[in-house]
Amino acid sequence: MIRCENIVKIYETAGEQAPVLKNINFAIQKGEFVAIIGPSGSGKSTLMHILGALDRPTSGNYFLDGKNVFALSEKEMAAIRCARIGFVFQSFNLLARATVLRNVMLPLIYNSSVAKSERQANAANALRAVDLEEGLWTHLSNQLSGGQMQRVAIARALINNPGIILADEPTGNLDSKTGAVVLDTFRKLNKEDGHTIILITHDKTVAQRADRIIEIRDGEIISDTRN
Amino acid sequence: MIFSDLLEETIFSLSSNKSRSALTILGIVIGIASVIAMISVGQGASQGITDRIQSLGTNLLVVMPGSQRQAGNIVRGGMGSSQSLTLEDAEAVTDNITDITAVAPTVSARKQVAVKGQNTNTSIYGIDTNYFGIKNIDMEVGAAITEQQVKSRAKVAVLGPTTRADLFGEGVNPVGQKIRISSQEFSVIGVTAAKGGTGLGSSDDLIYIPLSTAQQYITGNQSVSNINIQVATEEMMAFVQEQVQSLLLTRHRISDATQADFSIMNQADMLSTMSSVTDTLTMLLGAIGGISLIVGGIGIMNMMLTTVTERTREIGLRKSLGADSGDISAQFLAESVALTFIGGVIGIVVGWFASWMVTKFSGTATTVTSGSVMLAFGVSALIGIVFGYYPARRAAKLDPIEALRYQ
Repeated sequence: MIRCENIVKIYETAGEQAPVLKNINFAIQKGEFVAIIGPSGSGKSTLMHILGALDRPTSGNYFLDGKNVFALSEKEMAAIRCARIGFVFQSFNLLARATVLRNVMLPLIYNSSVAKSERQANAANALRAVDLEEGLWTHLSNQLSGGQMQRVAIARALINNPGIILADEPTGNLDSKTGAVVLDTFRKLNKEDGHTIILITHDKTVAQRADRIIEIRDGEIISDTRN
Repeated sequence: MIFSDLLEETIFSLSSNKSRSALTILGIVIGIASVIAMISVGQGASQGITDRIQSLGTNLLVVMPGSQRQAGNIVRGGMGSSQSLTLEDAEAVTDNITDITAVAPTVSARKQVAVKGQNTNTSIYGIDTNYFGIKNIDMEVGAAITEQQVKSRAKVAVLGPTTRADLFGEGVNPVGQKIRISSQEFSVIGVTAAKGGTGLGSSDDLIYIPLSTAQQYITGNQSVSNINIQVATEEMMAFVQEQVQSLLLTRHRISDATQADFSIMNQADMLSTMSSVTDTLTMLLGAIGGISLIVGGIGIMNMMLTTVTERTREIGLRKSLGADSGDISAQFLAESVALTFIGGVIGIVVGWFASWMVTKFSGTATTVTSGSVMLAFGVSALIGIVFGYYPARRAAKLDPIEALRYQ
C-alpha cells in the first residue's frame, strides 16, 4: 500500500545543505499498525510530511496504492490528502469556536464525493467509532478535555474513510492516562475497522503499543521490528 | 468546494469575530454611503439646473443686443446699454423665417416700484402677447396682457408672485390696485403662477407690462432688450439660428459675422454648457466619496491580512485535510467580498437616507439614480476582490508544513 524507495530530503539553509532523510526504504501493508520512532531531529516529522503528501522529497519515490505521489500536481496531492489520508496532530488543531460536529465534518467540504445530506450521518459514525459521548457532539471544541479533543480529531481523520491514519505525536499533549485511551482508540480502529495506522512518536512506551516499530535516527532507518 | 459550503464557512468565520467584521464593514458603509450621497447632490444640482433652463421655454433662441460671443463661452458684455435690436427686427424675423412658432420681443429695465408706502426694486418686462406662451407662464389670478393693451399702450401690469408678496403681502389678490413705476401709475390686472427658482432669471420676481408701454414710459426708446424665438422642433434649432443670424446681419448691414452687434443664445448650447459644469461637479463629489471608499478597502485588506496571519494554523490544517490552494484563496476572497457586499448594501441605504436628509434640511435637490446605486455596488464588489486578492493569495501560498508549525 505504501512504498518508499530511496527517499532523500535535503534542506538548504543559508547556503548549507542539511540532509534530513538519507535513503529511506520501507513498505507498509494495508491494515498494519506501525510506529515510527526516533528522537527529535531524527527526521521522523519530515518523513511523516512526505507520507502525508504534504511535502516532496529531494529525490526518491513514494508510491501510494501504486501511484507515484510526487509525479502528481499540487491539486492532485491535495485530493490524495483528502481521500486517502487522515491526519492527527499533537496539538489537535480543532477549530476552537466550532462545535464538535462541525469540526468532524470539516474535511467533507473538500470532498465532493460525499453528498451534503450524508455528512451528519458520517460524522455521527466517526464520532461513535472513537467512543465520544453523544452529549458532547454539540459542544464547542474548546470546551472539551485534551483526551476528548484528540478523539474528535481522530473522528475528523476518519470522516473521509481514508484507510490511512497518520498520527504525529498524538499523545504528546496528553497525560499518560488519557494518552492510553487515545492509543486504545487507534488499536480498536486498526483491529475492528482495518484502518492502517502510522504513529510517529519519540516515546518508546507509546511505540510499544504498535505491531511494528520502525526506528529512525539521523535520517536513516536503524531498525524495523515487529512486536 | 461547493458554493453553499463556501457561504457557510464565510458566515462562520466572519461571525466568529463580530466586532472586527462590523468595524471593517463600517469603513465600506461610509465609503459607499458617501459616494451615493455625494453623487446624488451633484445629480440633483444638475437636474435642478436642467429643469430651470427648460422651464424658461422649449426650443428657445434668444437674440440679445450688443455683444459678441466668443467660442466656448456665453459671457456677455454691455447688455441693455446697446440699442441695436428693434421691434422691426422682431417683425422681420416673424415675416421671413419659417419653422418658428412664435417670436416675442421684450424690453426690460430695473425700476423702483411703489405702492402705498411699500416699495421694491424689481425688473420691469415689456412683453407682447406671445411671451407667456413661449415661456410657459400661467396666470394665478386675473388676466394676461392683451393685444389691445399692447396696441393702446395701456398702463396695466401683471405681477410675478414674489413681487406681489413684496408689495401687497403673501396670497393677497392685488387685481384692481394701483402701483407706481417711474412715477407712472399702473393698474394691476393679474398675477402669474409661481415657477420656482430664485435670483437672476427668476420669472417670479418681476412685473410684466405691455411692450409699447415700456418703450414709451420706461426706456423711452424704440429698441428692445431681446427677442425670444420659439423654434418648431428641436432639430431645426441650429438651422433657424443660422437663418436669424444672417437675416439680422443683413438688416444691420454687417458683413463680418464676428462684428455682429447682437448675439443669439441657443437654449441647447446653454444646457450643454451647464450640464458640463454640473457633470464636473458630480465627478468631483463622487471622487471625494471614492477616497473614503478606498480607505474602507484598505481597511478590508488590513483585516484580511491580520486574519490570514492569525489563522495560519487553520490554513495549514485545511490544506492537510485536502484543501488545495484554490479552496483556500476562494475562502478568503469570499470573506472580503462578503464584507464589502454587506457594507455595500448598508451603504446604499445609508447614502439614500443621507441624501434624503440633505434635501429635507438644506432644501438642495438630490437625485439617487439607479446608475449611481449600481456603480456603488459594482465598486464595492470590486474593492472586495481587489483588496481581498492579495491576502487570499498569501493564504493560498502558505506552505502547509510551515503553517501547521506556526505558533
